[in-house]
Amino acid sequence: MPEQLVFAMEVTLNGLMAGVLYALVALGFVLIYKASGIFNYAQGVMALFAAMTLVGIMNGQVPFSHLINAILGTEIHHFGWHLPGIVGIILTVAVMVLFAWMVQQFVMRHLVGQEPIILFMATIGLAYFLEGVSDLMWGSEIKKLDVGLPQGINLLIDETTFNIFGYGFFIDNLDIVATVIAALLVASLVIFSQYTKQGRAMRAVADDHQAALSVGISLNFIWVLVWSVAGFVALVAGIMWGTKSGVQFSLSLIALKALPVLMLGGFTSIPGAIVGGLIIGVGEKLFEFAIGPMVGGATENWFAYVLALLFLVFRPQGLFGEKIIERV
Amino acid sequence: MFYREAGDFKVSYQQDSQTFPIKFDRYRYYAVMAFAFLVIPFVINDYWANAILLPFLIYAIAAIGLNILVGYCGQVSLGTGGFMAVGAYACYKLMTAFPEVSMIVHVLLSGGITAIVCVAFGLPSLRIKGFYLAVATLAAQFFLVWLFNRVPWFYNYSASGQINAPERDVFGIIVTGPNASAWATYTFCLIFLTFCALVARNLTRGTIGRTWMAIRDMDIAAEIIGVNPLKAKLTAFAVSGFFIGISGALFFAVYLGAVEVGEAFGITKSFLVLFMVIIGGLGSIFGSFAGAAFLVLLPVVLKVLGVDVLGWPTDIVAHFQLVIVGALIVFFLIVEPHGLAQLWRVAKEKLRLWPFPH
Repeated sequence: MPEQLVFAMEVTLNGLMAGVLYALVALGFVLIYKASGIFNYAQGVMALFAAMTLVGIMNGQVPFSHLINAILGTEIHHFGWHLPGIVGIILTVAVMVLFAWMVQQFVMRHLVGQEPIILFMATIGLAYFLEGVSDLMWGSEIKKLDVGLPQGINLLIDETTFNIFGYGFFIDNLDIVATVIAALLVASLVIFSQYTKQGRAMRAVADDHQAALSVGISLNFIWVLVWSVAGFVALVAGIMWGTKSGVQFSLSLIALKALPVLMLGGFTSIPGAIVGGLIIGVGEKLFEFAIGPMVGGATENWFAYVLALLFLVFRPQGLFGEKIIERV
Repeated sequence: MFYREAGDFKVSYQQDSQTFPIKFDRYRYYAVMAFAFLVIPFVINDYWANAILLPFLIYAIAAIGLNILVGYCGQVSLGTGGFMAVGAYACYKLMTAFPEVSMIVHVLLSGGITAIVCVAFGLPSLRIKGFYLAVATLAAQFFLVWLFNRVPWFYNYSASGQINAPERDVFGIIVTGPNASAWATYTFCLIFLTFCALVARNLTRGTIGRTWMAIRDMDIAAEIIGVNPLKAKLTAFAVSGFFIGISGALFFAVYLGAVEVGEAFGITKSFLVLFMVIIGGLGSIFGSFAGAAFLVLLPVVLKVLGVDVLGWPTDIVAHFQLVIVGALIVFFLIVEPHGLAQLWRVAKEKLRLWPFPH
């Protein structure tokens, strides 16, 4: 088999894995958008915040220690414990639920019935706010996150492909785990929304707020629930990205990467988010591999957006989005 | 008492359609202009020019440009940073290619070039609407920044990849480079701001501004009553791009002097200008000024308060700034979605009735 083709196959596989991670972030967007019509720009920062909180809790860091020390002149930094990953995750989920409740209580409740673009901008404000808070709370240095996920080259795939093609593929174990977890997450979300009472209520709210209210569904509760679920998805995404490249500010920028994924897949479709993520992941890796060297590299910065832009010109609602019907 | 129309008789059509129909407003406007042009240049020093006045003037131009697109025409754009970069690099290429031409021509031409680029990226707006458009403009942001980073022709093959503003003058007065004096740079930017504000104000209250607003309020309805969406949207993109290009050129040539594109014109710049427009007030020229002033002053005030008065470390103050800006945006959207401009309008309305409110 020609060498170029083998390389291209490896690039494609890696692209698929990267796409899964994009899809994870995009999933959080779709959940909130479907249930409340809010396009939540803060999703990426939520992932950052969740990952930072997880690291902070696991290492026993004192929240706001930097600020407290600056004001009171004290020297406190750590509680002096190290928690196992699973306890940290449970506590972080609790924090994300609290955050969801606060967002609902102090922001979204006051903005009911506003135009979508106003809500979008409110979530941009929220993103800035949360970014500042997480830096104040846990400090802005790059942190290492290790909850015990396997990392490094997968030797089995390396060997098998070496035997077949005479060239071992480099696939990270973490990416494989991420793919499995993403699949589990999507499956459990589908089961949750199809078969549980709360999940059905969530879909009802997504369909029609007024009608859902009139049959006795509490909008407040559902929105807190939705934001909590989005917070949980953010945590999962944060763990994956954080383990891969350290918990740092650039984590919040994956939200921007998730936007073209959403546009490709359509804002309202969970399968769309997955497929969109895979297309973008594979597309940008292959483009960088094939065309990148010719135009100076680093095309990953913009390829996703330009692809989404061109795609939208032909299909404005995305691949799986609901058809946009406009009336006067 | 003094702030009302009564007794101020309009005897010609010209008077009837003037920008400031109330006499007090008119005199206030003249006073502000006189102060800005005749007093500040004589008392300005380097700190005031570089920390507050220049960024305010330049961001105000960018905010007016974005306000035309977002506030008047309803096309949300997150590509402002990229378009400012187009203005900056166009200005750089022009400055180095034609050293003897006046800076005024360079800046205006950079605005024109940016307008063309902006229209090209605005073409999809005919098909794509709302959020989708906002995300589509991100393509402009990332692509343009990448382009200026990767194609050496744009930075004249310099080793560092930066662009540096050479010394250029207007009628013999140096306005760019390290030797430019504070008053010259200030006046230079002020002239452009005044020009842009006048043009924007008169465009938005004329036919073209009304077609923009019709498109903003409901594009299908506007189309049905005979507004040409192609023309309305693309003119909005062009005018907006022209202003943003001017501000980008000034930002690079007059204010910073040396620019690394990813740092100076990144996505954060796009958001910063968008926040100015939101906090100031969508669809208001005065709002663009207010928003720019607010967001330029806020970090300065916070720094003085936090670092100099309370003695906190600078990184904590920087984080607080994020928290406060974020909270303020949410606060404004909840309490006053029309921004500072609406507060100003309410105040004026109250003033008109004062002291007899009934």
